[in-house]
Amino acid sequence: MSHTDSAETVRTAGAGAERWAPRRGATGRLLAAELRLVLGRRRNQVFVAGLGLVPVLLGVMLYLTRDDPSASEGSPLLLAQATQNGVFLVVASLFMCLPFLLPLTVALACGDAVAGEASAGTLRYLLVLPVGRTKVLVTKAVAALVFVEVAVAVVAVMGLVAGAVLFGLHDVVLLSGTTVPLAEGMARVLGVVVYVGVSLTGLVVVGLFVSTLTEVPVAAMVATVVVSVVSTILDSLPALSAIHPYLLTHYWYGFGEFLRLEVGWGVISSGLALQVAWIVVFGTLAWARFTSADISS
Amino acid sequence: MSDLAVRTRGLTKRFSSGQVAVDQIDLQVPRGAVYGFLGPNGSGKTTTLRMLLGLVQPTSGEVELLGQAMPQAAAQVLGPVGALVEGPAFWPHLTGRGNLVRLDACDPSADPATRATRADAALARVGLLAAATKKYRQYSLGMKQRLALAATLLRPRELMVLDEPTNGLDPQGTREVRTLVRELAEEGTTVLVSSHLLAEIDQVCTHLGVMSTGRLVLQGTRADLAGGRPRQLEVTTAPAHVDQARQVLADLGLGDVHDDGATRLCATLEGVATAAVTQALVTAGVGVEGLHVREPSLEELFVELTGEGFDVAH
Repeated sequence: MSHTDSAETVRTAGAGAERWAPRRGATGRLLAAELRLVLGRRRNQVFVAGLGLVPVLLGVMLYLTRDDPSASEGSPLLLAQATQNGVFLVVASLFMCLPFLLPLTVALACGDAVAGEASAGTLRYLLVLPVGRTKVLVTKAVAALVFVEVAVAVVAVMGLVAGAVLFGLHDVVLLSGTTVPLAEGMARVLGVVVYVGVSLTGLVVVGLFVSTLTEVPVAAMVATVVVSVVSTILDSLPALSAIHPYLLTHYWYGFGEFLRLEVGWGVISSGLALQVAWIVVFGTLAWARFTSADISS
Repeated sequence: MSDLAVRTRGLTKRFSSGQVAVDQIDLQVPRGAVYGFLGPNGSGKTTTLRMLLGLVQPTSGEVELLGQAMPQAAAQVLGPVGALVEGPAFWPHLTGRGNLVRLDACDPSADPATRATRADAALARVGLLAAATKKYRQYSLGMKQRLALAATLLRPRELMVLDEPTNGLDPQGTREVRTLVRELAEEGTTVLVSSHLLAEIDQVCTHLGVMSTGRLVLQGTRADLAGGRPRQLEVTTAPAHVDQARQVLADLGLGDVHDDGATRLCATLEGVATAAVTQALVTAGVGVEGLHVREPSLEELFVELTGEGFDVAH
């Protein structure tokens, strides 16, 4: 074998650069490899499967207590609606997951993304292949986002399936009391799902930034969850109303706008704009940090 | 094209703690050389290698890799460079082959069509083919180290940077690494190999560089470094003849004549033929029970230079 090798080595030295130039499709292969890593990881699969159980458990709980008026006392309108129409179980499930479980999903993906590779030491081998640092960061961000969106989709689909089985799918009664056909109702619920998915993007980028600061993945995960929790707490303090519109989570629950007769595009576009702002700021910070940091792990 | 595969000028790294890990070093690794980069643990070898590969930003100084400035040219230069930096690092939940395949899939200039063949060839070359489908987390330390070597062998390289490649390997594995380095050199690959154990790599090196507390205290071809040292003479005699023998050696003009407190005398053999020493001893009536000439030991030189010997862990 050393014969063919030496021949090839000589060619390498002579032929020069093109042998080492990036091949067509390199970026796609990198992303595919990253997605296989994130989505193929057993821990992540178990977590998403567990998340998919939330709508089922919620649905069963609502089903069993549907005739007990004391059970629904004080519980959100959404939950009560879900017992009337399975479509609403999708919205109710996302509503239940949004305060903690979905931020945890983001944290899981982001903690692994950079800090996880750094702590495993695999980051240095990726960088010397070489894969440029900006490309590593963007690939990590896309893969983390895909993982989060898969989780959101699983919750939504499981909610729809469980809702259909337990409560049936009917024409949708909007928050304003108007009834719209099932198809339109489904389209509006799809709007809710997409909005929730997009609303988590800002947190993904914040989590990615945190992930570039440490070589301890768990620290990055905890910090990411803390960011979303603290944001929610600050958002609930009336004394801080001046800063509320700028808080990462401020418009997270704006998805209800899709369920009004006149969809509240104002709130929705504010929510999207806010996410863009957080993405730009923390994306820049993550990039600045990651492209200049010493990789000493 | 520069005839140096690696060249640094005044390369310095000061950590934010203020500690100077690497202090003004001018590393010169000629193309085709097997360069042994030696020094005790913590002398700055790994930090230097990280700077060569663009992982750590130098505080000051320049790095040229294969004739191009790092880290600016990282994207063009690092392809033909195979690197093993500070031990193996792979995904524990993937198999040995799975890890190589993933790594190769991330390599922007690797050919996907030949990936599986190249992965198996690399595994075979380090003796891991039989364990290819085992999960990485089940690998022993030695197998992990072999997999890291296999990763550098996925493609033919112009320069190999191997940081402590014999770590965690048994004597047999260490011999295999030496053989591998020799093969690579025969194929025309420049090899920069670091170790804190001189004996492990001494035999394969054409060039040596010695680090001590962040400074490059010695650099040159192995022949030059060894050639500059006088040979050592050892004479064993009867206890009654020790004083007489010492006198004979001193009269011959040998340097550093000393005994070990018993029946053995040592001296440096500079400019005097061994035969002349034997003749003189016999003529003087010294009963010679043993006479031994040792080639100069680089180990001694390095212990002098670094002050603490090579394996601080011992």
